[in-house]
Amino acid sequence: MFDWFAQIGKSAIDFFARLGGEVLLFLQTVKAFTVIIFRPALIVQQLFSIGVRSMLIIIVSGFFVGMVLGLQGYNTLIDFGAEESLGVMVALSLVRELGPVVTALLYAGRAGSALTAEIGLMKATEQLSGLEMMAVNPVERILAPRLFAGIISMPLLAAMFSAVGVFGGYLVGVDLLGVDTGAYWSQMQARVDFDQDIIQGVIKSVVFGVVTTWIAVYEGYTCLPTSEGVSRSTTRTVVYSALAVLGLDFLLTALML
Amino acid sequence: MPATDNNLVRIRDLHFSRGHSEIFNGIDIDIPKGKITAIMGPSGTGKTTLLKLIGGQLKPQQGTIHFHGENIPAMKTKKLYEVRKKMGMLFQSGALLTDMTVFDNIAFPLREHTDLPEVMIRDLVLMKLQAVGLRGARDLNPSQLSGGMARRVAFARAIALDPEMVMFDEPFTGQDPISMGVLVQLIRSMNKALELTSVIVSHDIEETMLIADKVYVISQGKIVGHGSPDEMSRSTSPWISQFVHGEADGPVPFHYQAPSYKEDLLAGEYID
Repeated sequence: MFDWFAQIGKSAIDFFARLGGEVLLFLQTVKAFTVIIFRPALIVQQLFSIGVRSMLIIIVSGFFVGMVLGLQGYNTLIDFGAEESLGVMVALSLVRELGPVVTALLYAGRAGSALTAEIGLMKATEQLSGLEMMAVNPVERILAPRLFAGIISMPLLAAMFSAVGVFGGYLVGVDLLGVDTGAYWSQMQARVDFDQDIIQGVIKSVVFGVVTTWIAVYEGYTCLPTSEGVSRSTTRTVVYSALAVLGLDFLLTALML
Repeated sequence: MPATDNNLVRIRDLHFSRGHSEIFNGIDIDIPKGKITAIMGPSGTGKTTLLKLIGGQLKPQQGTIHFHGENIPAMKTKKLYEVRKKMGMLFQSGALLTDMTVFDNIAFPLREHTDLPEVMIRDLVLMKLQAVGLRGARDLNPSQLSGGMARRVAFARAIALDPEMVMFDEPFTGQDPISMGVLVQLIRSMNKALELTSVIVSHDIEETMLIADKVYVISQGKIVGHGSPDEMSRSTSPWISQFVHGEADGPVPFHYQAPSYKEDLLAGEYID
């Protein structure tokens, strides 16, 4: 009779056990931050494969998003005779929202999925077990450098995205549609506030960096050691990251406004 | 534990289960220093699990595993990693790091755990590679190696830190006769030359019996027999004799647990 009751209890215990395991693993990984100081080579290697290799997709996307903002913004602003404010509109949209959010989504698809697949395959081919038996802690040697490299890369990638986007908006707005160059830049300079706008964007991109990289690393480390397990974890990385980024974006915006 | 004990590893009353399936139900094993101990049994009896328990990668529900007189399941993570430096393990797949060359794979534990200058690491790596006959393969990637070569590289890596004990997980499975012979020869000669304690988990009876000093046979979570290879092949126990002589049916049934054959076939008549 109490079967369903026991079932609820079991699910609840399982849920909290898993949550506890996740938090413990996260703390263990964060505790290994000394790797940044003592093994900079490991971080640099990961910065290259996570950050540098994601630059192309980020720059190209940023450019197109900026150009679209230029087109759309111009068409809306001209109705109010405010096309001179195009620079402000493009810069604020990028720095505050699109830069961090779109970069995080692209980053999860490009670098996050690769991280999960790499770590998952290392697990499936017993490489992680092998490290443990060689007395090398995989949390410190594999997870920590990737997590920290991700946290460093994300804000930089988001900054590049915004910078290239502003340039894309300039190209369309000024060169193509004839907005005044001086107005584009000077209004932007006057109205984009460092503390309010830039810092908010940086905070967002750091948070997204932590969350998306952690999801990727965690999914890889805990995946089932089979080809199906790796493929599922890779999918989960992208889906969970996208949901977490969009959800957190709302939360952070509400808190910081 | 008495100080005069000649056993490097001493397992007592070990219980381990995964979910609802019980893998070990109170086993006792002694692994003597400097000898080759074989742990044999049919597939799926948890032989690999046993190695993972000794290496501290899994924790038993009950029982003790003493290595050098210290209980492995009770160790803190840091201590456990210290102890693992004295153990080498050769995985069935080799478990080589795929993003490094053969040379870097063997240099890996040395670079991680010692501050030796690169010149000395080079010498050490070349010595280990020479011992397994693969000095010429140092620049290859793991993907370019055959299964037998990968295992020899893994062996060289397992002995890179000069451990006291090396554990071999199914070292002979899926090898052609030549590389099988090479591996048998290597395990025996290394055990002697480096005064290693070797633990071999295997179901390749012939090869394992050839080099083992002591054999344990596990079946269905219990030790069904142990002794020297000679004693094992003469054993009259139905368990051991089924395993040693490779009989299809016996205490380990040919058929996976199923309802009676007749009932199963007749049940089909009620299906439209």
